[in-house]
This record gives sequence, structure tokens and C-alpha cells, in this order.
Amino acid sequence: MSLKSVPRPLSALVLGFVFLLGATSVAAQDAEVKIVIREHKFEPEEVSVPAGKKIKLVIDNQDATAEEFESYELNREKVVPPKSQISIFVGPLKPGRYPFFGDFHKDTAKGVLIAK
Amino acid sequence: MAGISVLVFREVLEAALIVSVVFAATRGVPGRGRWIGAGILAGVLGAIGVALSAGLIADAAAGMGQELFNASVLFAAVVMIAWHAIWMATHGRELAMQMQTIGSEVSVGQRPLAALLVVVALAVLREGSEIVLFLFAQAAGGSGVIDVAGGLALGIAGGAATGLALYLGLLRIPIRHFFTATNWLLLLLAAGMASQAARFLVQADLLPSLGPRLWDTSTVLSDHSVLGQTLHALIGYDARPAGVQVLFYIVTGALIAIGMRVWGKPGRGAPRAA
Repeated sequence: MSLKSVPRPLSALVLGFVFLLGATSVAAQDAEVKIVIREHKFEPEEVSVPAGKKIKLVIDNQDATAEEFESYELNREKVVPPKSQISIFVGPLKPGRYPFFGDFHKDTAKGVLIAK
Repeated sequence: MAGISVLVFREVLEAALIVSVVFAATRGVPGRGRWIGAGILAGVLGAIGVALSAGLIADAAAGMGQELFNASVLFAAVVMIAWHAIWMATHGRELAMQMQTIGSEVSVGQRPLAALLVVVALAVLREGSEIVLFLFAQAAGGSGVIDVAGGLALGIAGGAATGLALYLGLLRIPIRHFFTATNWLLLLLAAGMASQAARFLVQADLLPSLGPRLWDTSTVLSDHSVLGQTLHALIGYDARPAGVQVLFYIVTGALIAIGMRVWGKPGRGAPRAA
């Protein structure tokens, strides 16, 4: 029963949804990666992650102001309040480069996730 | 100032488009300006409250408070829109006919305006809280008062102008098709919100993605171009949707359409009266 690619007809979609809802918590071992925001910059700016796995990104904002972690390629956005930490799930990703940025400090806060 | 106004514009745009659709959908209702104004005001106050408690929200629910909050706000709006759309499907035809014969000033009370007030308030709250956080960050980062206030004013003016343009465009729809059109717009709006809510739940790992990227049309139309963002706000366009977003979109749209057909006395088609 490989439901990886989602079939188009509505009935099949609903069926697949029900099956995968049960499978979501399995998620073997998700990879976890930490990214720090300091002085409106990401550290590290290049992050290597395994391809084909769900990844938990932990963003630690050490600045005194909020940031918004955003990535068009990952289709993600999340506010990171000052002096706090958030997590965000992405993937499983195909190998490639996935740029991200801080929407509140676009000039300096830039980084890229590299899935291998 | 330019950078600030661009971000503010992008956030205001989405809320303004939603307000425009609601404003169109309430055409002919006396006092709707007050209702919608109250919705906007409640949204602005709510946005400030949300921004001030951003830390609390983020830490709630094991760090997934933001996603749960956003998804709840979106689902609440979906329910309100569905209620209104289904209500209008049952009464819209009579309304249109009254407005044709008596003119657009006809008083058609007892429409579920409260539902749409909530939709407006929630849209403004969602986009507004990001603006407030962003402006806090800008002010703390040394941007001057003139930059912040000017950027805010320019961004709001730009977003409001776009919303007004949409509203004036909608008014050109012939009156006998008008409420059918706004009702379908509301249906697509709700479907798009359900898709966004699903994205938040995937981001929080509370829903399976059913394929993290079902398609990628970002080279054809980026979500982040003004057109892409307009379509995102209005009909839920997403250049890189997860499978479950598409599922939520279809199911929500189908449920509202079914509701409109089942409860809509004259059916969901355009009025046939000549």
C-alpha cells in the first residue's frame, strides 16, 4: 500500500488521508537541527540535513527583538519571539538547496538548508 | 521606510482583500460599514494583544502554540464564512431580486453580519500581529519614528487601495449574479483558509503532509509576487502545497458547496428570473 504519491480522485484522497493519519506518529527518527539567530544573522548560515527524512528545525533567537523565520522553498513561516526558541518541521526533502531568511531583517538574516 | 512599507503592504494586502470580499458580500445591508469597522477595530486590538503575548503563544503546546493558534483562527473563520455562504445561498436570490426592483438601498436586515464581523476581525488580527511584531523589531533596531510611521502609513494606504480596487471591480458584476459571485468567492476564500490551516498543522507535525510538495508552480507564479499573493489571499493559491493542503481545500470547498445546495432553496445556480 504505497500512498506516497497522492492520487487525484477525491475518494482516494480521503482514503489515503485516513491511512496516513494513523501513520503520522510513527515518523521513525526525525533529524533535528539547531540554528541560532544572533544580531539578526543565522548561525550557521549553511545547514546540512539528510534528504528523505522529516527534519525538526530548532530556531534559537538570542536577539532582543522578534524575527520571522521564512522560506519560500520550504513553504514555511514562523515568528521567533525575542530570547526564545521555536521548532518547525520540514520535509522529507529531496536533495537540493532550500534558502531561508528572516523576514524582519532580510538584509542580514539569510541562510540555506542543504539536503543531501 | 521603503523596506518597512513593503512588508506592511504585504500583510495589509491579504487582510484588505478579505475585507473587500466581505464588504461586497454585505452589499445592501444597512449599517454594514459600522459592523465591518468594528471588525477591523477588534482585529487591530487583537493584533496588538497577540503581538504582546507572542512569547506566551509560541511557548504554549510544547512550542507549537503559534501553529495551533493560527490554525484555530483560520478554522474559526472558515466556519463563519461557511455559515454566511450557506445562509446567503438560501436568501441571496430574494435579496438580488429585491435590490433589482426596489434599488440597492433596500433594507435587508437579519443577515448573519456577526459571522462576517468575526471573519474581518480574525483576518486583521492574523496579519496585523505580524506587522506589530515587525514594527517593534524595527523600532528596537534603531529605525526612526518617521521611518516606522511613514512605512506603516504607506503600506496601509497601498493595501487599502488594492482592496478598494477589488471592491469596485466586484461592483461591476450585474446585480442578479452578484450574490452568486460573492458567495463563490467566499467559498474559495474559506477553502484557501482551510488549506493554510493544514499547512500550519503539518509545520507543527500534527498532520501528515501527504507529500511535502505536491507540485511546484513557483516559476510560473510565485506566492510572493503581488498577483500570487492576491490569489493566495482570495482563492488560496499556493505554489508549493503539501498534499494534505489540497485535500483540506477540496473537502472544505465541497462541504460548503453541498451545504449551499442542500439548504439553498433556489439552488446554487444564478437566478433564472428574467
